[in-house]
Amino acid sequence: MIISQIGNYSLIFGLILSFFLIIYLFLNFYGFIKINLNNIYSILFLQLFFVFVSFFGLVYSFVISDFSNSTVYNNSHTTKPLFYKISGTWGNHEGSMLLWLLVLTLFIFLFFIYSKKQPKNYRLTTLVFQEIIITGFFLFVLLTSNPFNHIFPIPIEGLGLNPILQDPALAIHPPILYLGYVGSSIIFSASLAALVSKNINIYWAQHIKKWIFLTWILLTFGILLGSIWAYYELGWGGFWFWDPVENVSLMPWFTLTALLHSISVLEKRSILKSWTIILSIATFSLSMSGTFLVRSGILNSVHTFANDPGRGVFILIFLFFLILISIIIFFFFQTDERTSTNKIYWMSKETSILINNWFMTFFLSVVLIGTTYPILLEVLTNEKISVGPPFYQNLLIPFLIPFLFFMAVGPNLKWFKSDYKKINFNKIFLLFFICFVMFFLVKKLDVKNLFVIILIISSLYLFTSSFIDLIFKRKNFSQNIAHFGFSVLILSIIFNGILSKEISANIKIGDEINFDGNLIKFKKIDVADKENYKSIIANFEIKDQKNKIILLKPEIRIYNQPNILTSEADIKSNLYEDKFIVFSILNREEIFNVRYQVKRFMIWIWISTFLIIFGGLIRLIKIK
Amino acid sequence: MKKNIYYFILILVTLIVFTLLYKAIFKSNSYIPSLAINKKINNFSAYSLFSNKEINIEVLSKEKKITIINIWSSWCLPCRNEHKYLMKLKQHKNIYLIGLNYKDNPSKAREFIDDFGNPFFEILSDPKGIIAIDIGAYGVPETYIIDNELNIIKKFIGELNSNDYDKIVDIANR
Amino acid sequence: MKLIKLLIIFLILIYQNISYANNNSLLINKITKNLRCLICQGQSVYDSQSDFANSVKILVDKKIQEGNSEEEIYEYLINKYGQWVVYDPEINKKTLFLWLFPVILFVFGGLLIMRKVFIK
Repeated sequence: MIISQIGNYSLIFGLILSFFLIIYLFLNFYGFIKINLNNIYSILFLQLFFVFVSFFGLVYSFVISDFSNSTVYNNSHTTKPLFYKISGTWGNHEGSMLLWLLVLTLFIFLFFIYSKKQPKNYRLTTLVFQEIIITGFFLFVLLTSNPFNHIFPIPIEGLGLNPILQDPALAIHPPILYLGYVGSSIIFSASLAALVSKNINIYWAQHIKKWIFLTWILLTFGILLGSIWAYYELGWGGFWFWDPVENVSLMPWFTLTALLHSISVLEKRSILKSWTIILSIATFSLSMSGTFLVRSGILNSVHTFANDPGRGVFILIFLFFLILISIIIFFFFQTDERTSTNKIYWMSKETSILINNWFMTFFLSVVLIGTTYPILLEVLTNEKISVGPPFYQNLLIPFLIPFLFFMAVGPNLKWFKSDYKKINFNKIFLLFFICFVMFFLVKKLDVKNLFVIILIISSLYLFTSSFIDLIFKRKNFSQNIAHFGFSVLILSIIFNGILSKEISANIKIGDEINFDGNLIKFKKIDVADKENYKSIIANFEIKDQKNKIILLKPEIRIYNQPNILTSEADIKSNLYEDKFIVFSILNREEIFNVRYQVKRFMIWIWISTFLIIFGGLIRLIKIK
Repeated sequence: MKKNIYYFILILVTLIVFTLLYKAIFKSNSYIPSLAINKKINNFSAYSLFSNKEINIEVLSKEKKITIINIWSSWCLPCRNEHKYLMKLKQHKNIYLIGLNYKDNPSKAREFIDDFGNPFFEILSDPKGIIAIDIGAYGVPETYIIDNELNIIKKFIGELNSNDYDKIVDIANR
Repeated sequence: MKLIKLLIIFLILIYQNISYANNNSLLINKITKNLRCLICQGQSVYDSQSDFANSVKILVDKKIQEGNSEEEIYEYLINKYGQWVVYDPEINKKTLFLWLFPVILFVFGGLLIMRKVFIK
């Protein structure tokens, strides 16, 4: 009770501080008062402290199951394990928005501490923009999704958390993703501030680069966690479904990756200033649109979220307010770049980075239009269509091929100007060699699609060429390892797609299925009682050609609160393949549907993404 | 000047997208197919639940002004709830009710009819649910009103209520 | 660049005679992955275990055995449930922008880069 009050008032104090800070800063800009930086530190710390108190008040309410709080009542239950009581704090709309706010205030505090070498005016302008965003979120939380609403009379028991969210990966997936989103807000504010205070130069690029890499690492890791979760929890054996909610997290990733590359051009040559700012604005706008699309309930997705038009309207207005402000600021402060020093030679690192940005923008446009087009079409014509995996694959794969080639060639070019007479011809021979190898591989693998064959060639080319760079050149270790990781990612996705096998059958206990030389035997069913669910555990024995036996035990869980059935897959991984089994109870019969999948090179999809993140991490450490 | 026009277009596009998204917030995000209205259903034959004879829907509905096809199952709870309306509809002489037993165990289906009464003139079995798809249904219960040329006059998705009952009677009396 | 072009032509010549094996269950998987389930609306028919999805799987199998092509099966289901059931929207007046937007943007972006790099 008391804690909810404290939490609520802390939020209000935090909001007041935001208003105060904005007024204080404007008074400074117009010369009425002279700001003392120490005061700013204190105010920022105080604001962080208030949000911190509020957030941990909510965590505490979840831990002690205080059902007088409606958020706790709606999303928790006394029999839930402590870990999920805590993670349940941000497993719901209200709590997750409070987490956003916490990260926002934390990041601006950190930004202010770590930007001491930057001009004072630029730092204060960044603070204004960031405080505007923070104010927006404070108002959003307080007006539309207050996590501290009271219920009276106090219920004895809560409604419980959706069981598919009771999972370790999903406990940390949202916070990491939010860290990424909020990181992009810092980049956004800093870019606008740099534009306004005419501070876009090499030093600024070096300073903002840290934030770009940090954000990129967090965003990539957040997306990876979501994908891993979908793989083992949703129980379909896929890792990316082109579901709108997944796409929404991918969109800012494209612009951020483009920004990650183009910031180097700004750092080295002090060109592409406007473009860098545009990418910064786009990244944050896309992060916000993601939040809007997910939270407004516009999307029809497997991931269900509470649907409240009021929230959607608020975020939408706020989002477009920020976009319009950005456009207007851009209009008045845009720097003119038409000087003689900004020439770009066609065969240079600059061009290759422009090509990277070009493709990233294209990938973004595919995902963006695919995700939003059904929504827009419905408003305009009242007709509903679905845009799913085939659309994305048809448009993305053909463009991935040249992209991979450029990715192999680009890093070897020099800044300003490369001499094409000095090109290493070994790499071209390498290409022919790969084609030659492919010719035999194709016959062996029984690949039918020409596109896939060329795609394999191009990714093998990137694979070998970045591997050679990684081992022999070591000029740019972090970049080499990230590009190498990307080639492994594409290769494992392709081979996973081509070589995976599966069978789905309706069988009884005691039945056997013969699948691809393996014998799958449905031995028995056990029932177990756990803390907050009952479990039906099926025992499958898989005997391969060498008579080696593996036991797999997928489960069906019947959660008590809320009363929901979930299928838990059982997965045995090794470096070569994942054995993935899941079963479900068919209605009204003693027959079970069993789906057994052999997913080749599955683990490499995760490993390669970790390699990519590792590359980013090394660079981040090096910057300092 | 040229620059100003670009910015003007940009702001215009932003505002249009805003308006469209704003409108989208208030639309339902789930999909209910509404296409089948005024469409024809394909002729089909199926085995009768009780007599095990193969029966053709065109033959069944031929001489009738309207035929009502009700898709039901013994395991479906809403079907139990709407059953009383079907029993009431049976009393109208203009109404000719046919049941399509969807993915059911035949003995349980017969038990259901024994327990709750039989409103249907004929019950056809659809053990695999394929006929239901052919009609354009996707779940149970669904109710279709068709004329003697198999044109769909109206369809009801989900449990029938007293309002739907009145509508059906209204159509039958026309 | 020329080398890459030559290479592609060379590859097309080599791989042209690769046969297109047609396996029934693979085709069912391919089709049902492209169909959207009406019961669990975020899932494909292939992924879903709902009654409706299971019936559609049987239906697709039956239609293939009757000799229907992939396109005919989509056509049949679109007729029943509307364009919404397929994940791969067909190209028509209403979806033209969907397919063209990224490509137009790509061409436009290419021109911008060309201007930046080649025109002084």
